[in-house]
Amino acid sequence: MSAFILRRLLIAIPTILLIATASFFLMHSAPGGPFDAEADLEPEVLENIRAAYNLDKPVIEQFRIYVSNALRGDLGPSLVYKDFSVTELVAIGLPVSVKLGATAMLVALLLGGFAGIIAALRQNQFIDHAVMAMAMTGIAIPSFVIAPILALFFGLYLKLLPVAGWNDGAWQNMVLPVVALSLPQVAIIARLVRGGMLEVMRSNFVRTARAKGLPESQVVIHHVLQSALIPLVGYLGPALAGIMTGSLVIELIFNLPGVGRYFIQGALNRDYPLVMGVVIIYAAMIIVLNLLADLAYAALDPRVRRAYR
Amino acid sequence: MTALLDCEHLEVRFRTEDGEVCAVNDLNLEVQPGECLGIVGESGSGKSQSVLAMLGLLAGNGTATGSVRYRGRDILNLPRKELDQLRGDRLAMVFQDALSGLTPTMRIGEQLTESLARHRGLSRAAAKAKVLEILEIVKIPAPATRYNAYPFELSGGMRQRVMIAMAMLCQPELLICDEPTTALDVTVQAQILRLLDGLKRHTGTAIILITHDLGVVAGLCDKVLIMYAGRAVETGTAHDIFNNPRHPYTVGLLRSVPSLRGDTTADLPTIPGQPPNLEVLPPGCAFAPRCGQAIAACQASAPAMLSMGSGHAAACHRIDAA
Repeated sequence: MSAFILRRLLIAIPTILLIATASFFLMHSAPGGPFDAEADLEPEVLENIRAAYNLDKPVIEQFRIYVSNALRGDLGPSLVYKDFSVTELVAIGLPVSVKLGATAMLVALLLGGFAGIIAALRQNQFIDHAVMAMAMTGIAIPSFVIAPILALFFGLYLKLLPVAGWNDGAWQNMVLPVVALSLPQVAIIARLVRGGMLEVMRSNFVRTARAKGLPESQVVIHHVLQSALIPLVGYLGPALAGIMTGSLVIELIFNLPGVGRYFIQGALNRDYPLVMGVVIIYAAMIIVLNLLADLAYAALDPRVRRAYR
Repeated sequence: MTALLDCEHLEVRFRTEDGEVCAVNDLNLEVQPGECLGIVGESGSGKSQSVLAMLGLLAGNGTATGSVRYRGRDILNLPRKELDQLRGDRLAMVFQDALSGLTPTMRIGEQLTESLARHRGLSRAAAKAKVLEILEIVKIPAPATRYNAYPFELSGGMRQRVMIAMAMLCQPELLICDEPTTALDVTVQAQILRLLDGLKRHTGTAIILITHDLGVVAGLCDKVLIMYAGRAVETGTAHDIFNNPRHPYTVGLLRSVPSLRGDTTADLPTIPGQPPNLEVLPPGCAFAPRCGQAIAACQASAPAMLSMGSGHAAACHRIDAA
């Protein structure tokens, strides 16, 4: 198993390099530059600034400098937040984004899993139809639509919760972003779990378990759940990616000081090192989380466990 | 004497998208303690569905009517809780496909001790000791190692032995075996049958053996029930069925068993045609379209079971001609 983990981490290195390369050249091929917004700079001044950040050199040369710095752990200075290095900005934003994302994922798993199980156990009854109708709605409405509606309703009309802001991660401030971020995932996970449950409930080994005279609760807990959750694990990777990209938008809407905000503003301002830094961090996180999902897979399915050896 | 299991007018229906299908029609059977009944028929003849119905294990879209009595007590309409006290304890079942029939995510040991904990209230250690003992009896090599194995780590024959061990754990009075050897190769099949025969002899467990292999029936069963298209067509002692078959379908089945005697180069006789679609059964005898002896009456009305004395009966209008 540890050989498997090591192998996966080694493969991650070329993967991240590839992602970094692609995003570097994509970004530099976009028109505009980081200092376009600064009004009426003397050409000489602009030239000096560009030279200071190596922007006067050929793109290939810039890439070489960036990679060699990055390998030494230096992600460079931010071109727009001039007093901060990219590492510092990420260090400020990442805890916020991780707390938000992890909470949303947890909520999605618990709520979606619970709803899916209940729906499957009450197949074709009212509660099943209700859960599935809500799930369809949740999938159909994107979070950037849900978020402002939530803020409007619970923030402005009912005045129950703050409309925006982080407030050091107070729970009142977390509720709306977490709900907006997790809702589509709750819906997808509920459907997946329901489907997995129904599939497994029809299988021969469940019939065997019933033939043993086990009560239905024991049949479900011991024989059904573990197998039924396997399709969910396959979805964990995409779900995490969905939550992380979703959080870019949600952080902007709720004005949260997470990494997502830097990413979007960095991209708009052509703050090359900042965008690169965030892309690399995100890529690394997605790779690690996918690895965790694969390990969860192994934990649920003994056949996979043996294949990983 | 009350029969161990007594089943009257059992009918199994399934709701499907194309309407209702009757998989088992007016089935009557009786099993005495220690007796072995073979149910024979081709795929789709309703033999599996009839025994699943007896244990309340039909798929969600199936319903069973009629009566199934275990020692005189109707178990067809028993609440789940009371049924669960019988299933796995007094009435146990061995399923056909042991790979899909065992939970893939659980170790063999857990799956076996479960029913002991449930029906006997044994502690973990006591249950484990009992399970190892049973694994030994069903001739699983190195039981202590297999105890911690997952189903996919065992061979097909071993999985089937585990299935049988699981069913035997609480020493049931009736063991229902649904094609226990179909998925296995011939040598393993012989071992499993010997195992069942030994169990029957040593523990006095009654067995219902479902199969489409008449050779298996001949070796093991006291009584035989032949099914076709959801109905019993002939029933009797193994001796009656093999030596004096009266229903043309039984005759055809017996004729199509390969034999080492006589002309071994000749083509094996077959029954022409296909079993009928259960959704559109002919109004008369379901076997009539394939029957060489069918007369007008066969197409007009379904024949009732006619007794020929001493438990031998067949459902055929031409019973005297056969």
